[in-house]
Order: sequence, then structure tokens, then C-alpha cells
Amino acid sequence: MTITSPDRRRVRDTGPSGWLAAPALVFFLVFAVVPLAGVVFLSFTSWDGLREIRLEGLASWTTVLTDPVTGNALMVTAKILFFSFIVQAPISLLLGVFTAGGQKYRAALAVLYFLPLLLSSAAVAIAFKALLDPNFGLGPGLQVPLLIQDWLGNSDLVLFVVVFVIAWQFVPFHTLIYQGGVRQIPTSLYEAAEIDGAGRVRQFLNITLPQLKYTIITSSTLMVVGSLAYFDLIFVLTGGGPGYSTRLLPLHMYLTGFKANDMGAASALGVILIVIGLGLALLLQRLGGKNRNDSQLEGA
Amino acid sequence: MASTTQLPAAPEAPVLTHGAPRQNSRRAGRRRPNLPGGLGGWLWLAVIVLPIYYVVITSLKNQAGFFATNPMLPPAEPTLDNYRLVLENDFARYFLNSVVVTLGTVIPALFVSFMAAYAIVRGKGRFVNWTNNLFLLGLAIPLHATIIPIYWMITRAHLYDTLLALILPSIAFAIPVSVLILSNFMRDVPNELFESMRLDGCSDWAMLWRLALPMTKPAVITVGIYNALHVWNGFLFPLILTQSPATRVLPLSLWTFQGEFSVNIPAVLASVVLATLPLLVLYIVARRQLISGLTAGFSK
Repeated sequence: MTITSPDRRRVRDTGPSGWLAAPALVFFLVFAVVPLAGVVFLSFTSWDGLREIRLEGLASWTTVLTDPVTGNALMVTAKILFFSFIVQAPISLLLGVFTAGGQKYRAALAVLYFLPLLLSSAAVAIAFKALLDPNFGLGPGLQVPLLIQDWLGNSDLVLFVVVFVIAWQFVPFHTLIYQGGVRQIPTSLYEAAEIDGAGRVRQFLNITLPQLKYTIITSSTLMVVGSLAYFDLIFVLTGGGPGYSTRLLPLHMYLTGFKANDMGAASALGVILIVIGLGLALLLQRLGGKNRNDSQLEGA
Repeated sequence: MASTTQLPAAPEAPVLTHGAPRQNSRRAGRRRPNLPGGLGGWLWLAVIVLPIYYVVITSLKNQAGFFATNPMLPPAEPTLDNYRLVLENDFARYFLNSVVVTLGTVIPALFVSFMAAYAIVRGKGRFVNWTNNLFLLGLAIPLHATIIPIYWMITRAHLYDTLLALILPSIAFAIPVSVLILSNFMRDVPNELFESMRLDGCSDWAMLWRLALPMTKPAVITVGIYNALHVWNGFLFPLILTQSPATRVLPLSLWTFQGEFSVNIPAVLASVVLATLPLLVLYIVARRQLISGLTAGFSK
């Protein structure tokens, strides 16, 4: 603040004491930082979830790292991350620009576009399980032979079905982010372009896209880091199957810990998940250009 | 972020720009209609609406009708029997559990995060900086990777299968993003206001509630809605930390209901509709607030 009067400046504002941050800090330390340390510790133990925890050294790590299912889970995670980004990012961007336009019909469409945001992942998964049924779902309903498939039972198709359902659920959220970003672009830029005779495509490429740089980074970061948390949707929709074809890392961790009762191996998988998540977040921040260290999430 | 540079003119000036009335006429009217855009818009509408339409009409069919009629046609004789079946299966209790867990998480999380945001924005010193950095780190880490130590802590504390088991870690997980967004908005409050209150002899505690809170009220509501939606739709914590019907929350109840009534698809889909109804009502009565809460200032 530059307009502080001289006599005011003499009263040194030392700011509030840090104790105001203490309650939040304590909660976060106990239920996030301690578990973070705990997951590293437990990865060196053997525990079935009920009996004593025994220190086992690297046994869990050897199990996890030599198990082909781990490599497969990493592969599935990478595929889902890649394809869901490729599908969601352009659709959300275009829909964001589309809904930011002023036309009445677009505003009306937007009200319906955002409906999936109201459903929980469990609800979305259950709805699509019924919808994709080869006998009583969408395919036979519309009587389009191409749509009559065993979508969730065919290991070649299921990954793309999962990507589609993820897009159905999360595109609306990213559309909202882009819509907010587009609405903050100064109108004068478009007016100037109009005078220069730039067409719609030129305006999109030369004004809209560059102006949305930080929105794109924000949305992409949330998309990529978020894809490491696609647990509930896939758990209910496919349970990781058929076989191991949609068993991505978080699901593999859950099934190893709570279904196979190998908490040590599951903790090792948790550590891998944390390292990947942290690595991706840092990488995206780096790609975002200047060091925006006050927040990786703020944008637009 | 555009609004960090402009100071709110009055305490009641909306800090959140999302959803505020604005000049929307940029692309409206003056130009030839955007045919590919419109086409894409209607196509996406079909993608969004078809699954919802299917869920609603199927939930109104009886089981014989479900097997006999075309899946995409509405029932000849709509019935509410499925809804009665869901309501008779303890739906009210699961709903109430969800309300308790959501309020029990969001209110304390807002309270501690607000105090922490105030300390971080107004305070100085190593402790405050360190706390802030810790919360920022929490944003980059997929905290769900720590479910195994959390399960261990909750069982050790004899909280397994209680609603408190869901509330405590949920508060901790809500803190990083809440503190980040609240402190972003609190930076917009002019320093002079705090200084003049300090000159009047106000304590930090008084400034917190009599100045900072009224000035950031829209942000507090936004963060509250954002957290509430996440907790309301949360699935992973209930899955690993609760077991009995007495502590079951709505998203988990959909899953268990699907297991129990797997052959009765119309009833399962009725449960999906019923579980979504509360948020749909909110969407209809308070769409702007809900939408701004969904993006929680990510597109501020």
C-alpha cells in the first residue's frame, strides 16, 4: 500500500500471531502428514490389517516391484491419464468458449451441460453400467448394431468406455473453468480484431488461445493430477476388470490392501502413487513457465 | 488473476466475479451464426442428456416392463414403486448420515481454514510461511494414497465404523484447498482497513470476524459449497472406514443397493435419482452459487 500516511506508519503492524493457523495445522499434521509418513513406514512392514505389524525390510517392495500386475497397473494408469486428457481438454476448451458466448440458447444448453456435476461417481458408474448393458441399454434401445457391444466385458473396448465415462463426468467441470477464463478476456481485443477483418478461426487462434494460457495450465493440472484419483468411478463401473484391463494404480492399491489383505504391499503402491503425483504436479508447474509458486491452481 | 489488482470498493462489493452480470453481447447477434459451433453444442447436449433420460425413464418402469419394452422408450404405465422400495430400504437414514458427515466436515474445516488464511495473509515470520508451504505441498500430493495409515489410525483410535471416522480425515483433506482459496481472496482486502481497526485498538480476533469475514463472505460460501460437494459425493473414506448400515452414507448406499438388488435395474436407477435429487433441488434454486462453488475460484 503506497498511500499510508506517515503517522500511521509509526504504529508498526506486526500482524497476527501464528497461533491462528495452529488448529488447521494440527488437523493437517495428524490426518495428512502423519499418514504420509505412515505410508512410507508401512511399506517396510508386513500387515494383514488385523494382527501385529511386523517390520519386514524390503519384502513388500520386492513383491510389488517384481509383480507384473504393478507394471500393468502403471500402464493402465498412464493410458487412462493420456486418453482422458486428449479427449477432455479440447472438448472442455471448445465448450467453454461456446458457453461463454452470449446467445440465449447457449446459456440454456449450459444449464443442461452441467447436470453431470450433480451426480456422485458411484451414481455415474451405476447409471452407465445399466446404460451400457448389451441387452437392456442404449444399444438395443436405439437399435444401432454398432452400439450393441459387451462394452464392459470386452477387454479391448473397456478402457475406452472408461475414458468416455470419465469425460462425461468431468468435462462439465473443466468447461466451467474455461468459461470463466474466456469471460475475462477483454472485449476490446475482439473488437480490434474485427476491425482488422480477422475471422472467427483467426480470432480463436490469435486471441482466445493465448489469453487462456493460465486457464489451460490450471485445467490441465487438475485433469492430470485428478486422474490419479479416478478410483470410485472405476471401482463401481468395472472393479478393475475384465481381468486386469482397467485396474489402475489407486484401484490396485485398494484391492491389494483391503481385498488381498496385504497392507505392506499396498503401502508401497501408495508411495509410488505419491511420487508420481508429486512429480507430475512439479512437471506441470515447470511447463507453466514462470514460477507461480504461490499457487499451482490459480489461473485465468 | 484479474481481480487481485482491483480493490473492492465497499465491503459488500462482490469479490467473486463468477456469475455476476456482465456484457455478454460480444459474439451475439452482430455476426453470422456459428454453424459448426451450434452443431457441436447440440451434439454434446445429446451426449449429456441421453444417459440422464435413460436413467429417469427406466426408474419409472416396473421390472416386467423393463425386460419387455424398448429401453429408450418411456414406460406405458409409469410407476413409483421403485422409489417406494428405495425409501423403504433406509434411504432416510443414509441421507441423514450424509448430512451429518457433510456439515460435520465443512463447518469445522471452514472455521480452521479461515483462521489459518488470515494468519497466512496478515502474519509474518517463519512459522506462518512454513505452514503455508506445507498446505501448498498438500495440494500436489494425492492424499488418497494414504488410506492405509488412515485406516490404521482410525481402527487404533476405536473410531472404525463411526461417522467421526469419516469427518476427521475429511476435514484435514479439505484444509489445503480451502486455505489457498480463502487466502487468495483475503489478499484483496485493503491493508488500510486492518490498520485503521488496529489503531482503534481492535484485537486480531475481532478483526478476523468483524472485518475479514464480511469482506470475504462470497469466497467463504464458495469454498463451503466446494467442500460440501466433495464430502457429499465422497466414496473412498466411507468404503474403507465404515461397514454397517447404521453409518452408511448415500454414495456407498448406492453401491450396496446395487449389490443387493442387482437384478432389479429400475430400482437401482431409482436410488440413483433419489440420491441426486437434493443436489438437483439446490441446482434449481441456487444455480449461480452452486456453480461458483463447483469451481471454487479456480477460474477466479
